[in-house]
Amino acid sequence: MTIRADLYLDDAVTRIEGPLVFVRRRVEVGLNEAVEVIGSDGRVRLGRVAALDESFMTIETLESTSGLSMAGTRIRLIGAPITFALGPGILGRVFDGVGRVTDGGPPVAALVKAPIDGAIINPLRRAKPEDFIETGISAIDLLDSLVRGQKLPIFSGGGLPHNRLAVEIALHARLRSRNEASFAIVFAGIGVPYDQAEAFRHALEEGGALGHTALFLNLASDSSAQRLLTPRFALTAAEYLAYQEGRHVLVIITDMTNYCEALREVSASHGEIPSRKGYPGYMYSDLATLYERAGRIHGRPGSVTQIPILTMPADDITHPIPDLTGYITEGQITLDRKLDRAGIHPPIGVLPSLSRLMKDGIGAGFTHPDHPALANQLYAAYARTMGVRLLAGVVGAEGLTPTDRLFLEFGQSFESRFLAQPDGPRTLEQSMELGWSLLTLLPESELSRLSDEQIHHHLRKPTGAV
Amino acid sequence: MNQAVIRWISGPVLRAVTHDPFCIHESVQVGARGLLGEVIRMQGDEITIQLFEDGTGLRPGDPVAGQGMPLSVRLGPGLLGHIFDGLLRSLGGEGRDFLQPGLCVTPTERFHMTPLAEPGRILKGGDPFAMVRPVGREGVEQLCLIPPDQAGEVVEILPGGDYGEEEIVCRLQDGQGLIVEIALSHPWPVRRPRPVERRLPVGPPLLTGQRVLDSLFPVARGGKAMVPGGFGTGKTVLLETIAKWCDADVIVYLGCGERGNEMAGVLDEFPRLEDPRTGRPLMERMVVIANTSNMPVAAREASVYTGITVAEYFRDQGLKVALMADSTSRWAEALREVSGRLGELPGEAGYPAYLSTRLAEFYERAARVITLSGKNGSLTVMGAVSPPSSDFSEPVTIQTKRYVRNFWALDRKRAQARFYPAIDPITSYSEDAETLAAWWSQEGAPDWARQRRRFLTLLEEQTRLERMARILGKDALPPGQRLTLLCAELVNDGFLRQSAFSVKDRHASPRKQIRMMGLLIRFMDRAEGAVAAGVAVERIVALPVLRRLQRMGEEIADDELERFDGLEAMLEADFGALSAGGEQGA
Ligand SMILES: Nc1ncnc2c1ncn2[C@@H]1O[C@H](COP(=O)(O)OP(=O)(O)O)[C@@H](O)[C@H]1O
Ligand SMILES: [Mg+2]
Repeated sequence: MTIRADLYLDDAVTRIEGPLVFVRRRVEVGLNEAVEVIGSDGRVRLGRVAALDESFMTIETLESTSGLSMAGTRIRLIGAPITFALGPGILGRVFDGVGRVTDGGPPVAALVKAPIDGAIINPLRRAKPEDFIETGISAIDLLDSLVRGQKLPIFSGGGLPHNRLAVEIALHARLRSRNEASFAIVFAGIGVPYDQAEAFRHALEEGGALGHTALFLNLASDSSAQRLLTPRFALTAAEYLAYQEGRHVLVIITDMTNYCEALREVSASHGEIPSRKGYPGYMYSDLATLYERAGRIHGRPGSVTQIPILTMPADDITHPIPDLTGYITEGQITLDRKLDRAGIHPPIGVLPSLSRLMKDGIGAGFTHPDHPALANQLYAAYARTMGVRLLAGVVGAEGLTPTDRLFLEFGQSFESRFLAQPDGPRTLEQSMELGWSLLTLLPESELSRLSDEQIHHHLRKPTGAV
Repeated sequence: MNQAVIRWISGPVLRAVTHDPFCIHESVQVGARGLLGEVIRMQGDEITIQLFEDGTGLRPGDPVAGQGMPLSVRLGPGLLGHIFDGLLRSLGGEGRDFLQPGLCVTPTERFHMTPLAEPGRILKGGDPFAMVRPVGREGVEQLCLIPPDQAGEVVEILPGGDYGEEEIVCRLQDGQGLIVEIALSHPWPVRRPRPVERRLPVGPPLLTGQRVLDSLFPVARGGKAMVPGGFGTGKTVLLETIAKWCDADVIVYLGCGERGNEMAGVLDEFPRLEDPRTGRPLMERMVVIANTSNMPVAAREASVYTGITVAEYFRDQGLKVALMADSTSRWAEALREVSGRLGELPGEAGYPAYLSTRLAEFYERAARVITLSGKNGSLTVMGAVSPPSSDFSEPVTIQTKRYVRNFWALDRKRAQARFYPAIDPITSYSEDAETLAAWWSQEGAPDWARQRRRFLTLLEEQTRLERMARILGKDALPPGQRLTLLCAELVNDGFLRQSAFSVKDRHASPRKQIRMMGLLIRFMDRAEGAVAAGVAVERIVALPVLRRLQRMGEEIADDELERFDGLEAMLEADFGALSAGGEQGA
């Protein structure tokens, strides 16, 4: 046997089964190395070496094997894991789900080739995410703040305006202190319909952001095995932009549900024993290899912030896709169908939403010293409101105590005045001002999360009154 | 050394041909990069190996080298204050922003040794033979132990001075006349519990500084607790908070299949925090083991054993040790993944049938003991459990529950209301509570057991009454029951709620807990008396002291406990005024 790079094997295929192609080999190959499976139709399908013994290898094709035949199929051995050729020119460009330019422009001049699986960031070298990002959305900025390097998914449902929200965040997101130009957006569409992809591109263009955006589009019509590669190509691009070019990169991935469906499909075609609802038992680990690619690294100027979007099947937050995601990501922004129906935009369901890294990026020295207490008190009050609503639903408003009735009023205002943002983005100060004014609806004895000073300072001054 | 050659490889499993006498579970190094693995099956001339690292690039024909012993870790003075991966390899070293398979940094740290034995002394396994402290940095003094399975007469011991961890500093002659070389550190197979002289009953309490735990669901030293909870309910923050403030001598914090940023958070925060008892940085008494969710799964399975072995090593020095494992569910899932790859018959939810045995073996390693050298040591284990869909009837929760004595259930509703720690007082329990009552008595709370019971009954009653109110309306409840609801809310707000991020309240001493509990009991007594005398509940709600009681935890710090006297006076005065003006209100 000989060592090689870029070798072709002809007439070596012995069996094709689903995505797996069994090949007799006469040359040395390593596990997980990339191959191209070229059919007699001339189509190139990306694949990788999934198993090896002394004379055969199993190739997992990452695109459809349909149309392949035993005879006339050539295998090109790349001699390295799947990589993505990257350079500064990727911004402003559109790629397909496996990193091929699809906007009709010239190929990207490559500076580096990076393996798409990325490398594991050494936890010791991670820098703690703590730079508060103002998104202009009150429910996020005040109650579930986003910080640089965080992975904060949007848990949505079919027909809810998650894409609109994601674009709003992408276009508005800014640091409050400094104005840094080195900002970039990486957008990965996984299994999205063409018109949705187009709408995204259009919105970014309108907002003047297309020039610093790299788009990766795996369309609904593309193969499902390719869906597994799309976020990996996109994140590899993001890591390049962040750690080589020093940019702050916001990665938006939509829709992770399509990714998980593809994972289930591919797992089934491998004959693996399924775990919950047919999804493979390794889905947690697999998702983690994507989500954990958010972060910051000591001594490197850039950062990767992720906003993956997923649609919860049947709006069920306990479904394995949101469930496993929630166990990996640093919180979640949940969209609520009832609020959406009531015409509230953004329809953020506050109670099931959470930002785990918020505590590191807000408060004294970061935003406002009273930010944490205010967020806490609003949460406590709104949670109480939900309980009262439940009660009111059974015993009627007459059965409520006067205090409980105040909570109903508070909840109503919270949704129509604080959550709803008909006039567009707000600054954090505006959001906080609104938050304080809502709390004046409640008796002070119910505000146990606030100190006497906070009550005195924010709730008793004349301007704080409703 | 045993040798083999790769014949087949797929993902993290490979088969190799050999003529050498490999053992099951023998640790191996694979390929040119020396990737770590473990023999998991043998048949004829073929061994099956599971890789602990990513095998990209491996190929048939690559060599496999046996290590001659099961998966082992090196236990020594270089552990404290540092962070390691799931196989106890240091994550330190220059330019390692990203982890590469196979790469491993050998520790270069040196220690100042003071010998504790002299030639002629007979040393048993587990006996200390030297005292060391780090050279060139602050750090606690530690004992160095003879490996538990070795013994003999000291024939040579090097004089006091600076040595590396793996340097031979002592020679023993064993019963057969053979020379045994002893270094400051020694290897130990992770899946084998380290032996002890004997086990003792658990106790006294491991104080966590968390009121809901210490006062309602206390864990004893040598005990075991589980923290089940859906995502975002506060498992990690709770374990981290305990790690910060509990009164253990050594903390082993195991991040098993969880987030990289959380590990970064620990490494960022702990070195800056001071141990309230010693004034030293917390990090000095801590070992962090990180197998984050994006690290290889097989190593995750091993990391739990690594963690508990390290913890046992410190216990053997006669220390109080606490191990936090976040999350044991990820370990169970790793077990499931490995088992699936071997084609074993899946049991419930795909977990192998031996899940329960493995959990039992793990939690059994928690204990209070007399060590081999006759010292008192304890190892308390606290494990997070992450049930899929927050369903507490899933196998890992159910099986773990069989082996732990403390059940700290996290409640999503509480977490959503930002009520932390979100421990549900209704479903949680502590089997240690009864034995620990005597300790509280000695601390000046002879009524502890009764007061604790009263809190628990009150909270249970609250659940029942709230159900009733949902049908009848709150206004329809008689005054006595409305007061019960008021008191229960006060116990929740004023006692159970305790923010991990409040500088004054993140840690509450037993004295503070006793004062708070006593005040609340006093409030309940006086309020019940008042209502029985015909005072309207609304007037009690309006008492100024109520707000002070709700916030006393975060307003009164551990070093200003005398302020509780003022609060008590205010309470008595408020109620006094109430009965004085009783007729007007009636
Ligand atoms: N004891 C606590 N005090 C204050 N905040 C808490 C506490 N426990 C949890 N939290 C909040 O809840 C969030 C989620 O908690 P975490 O421990 O990460 O959940 P889990 O590990 O169960 O998924 C944290 O980021 C923090 O903001
Ligand atoms: Mg956690």
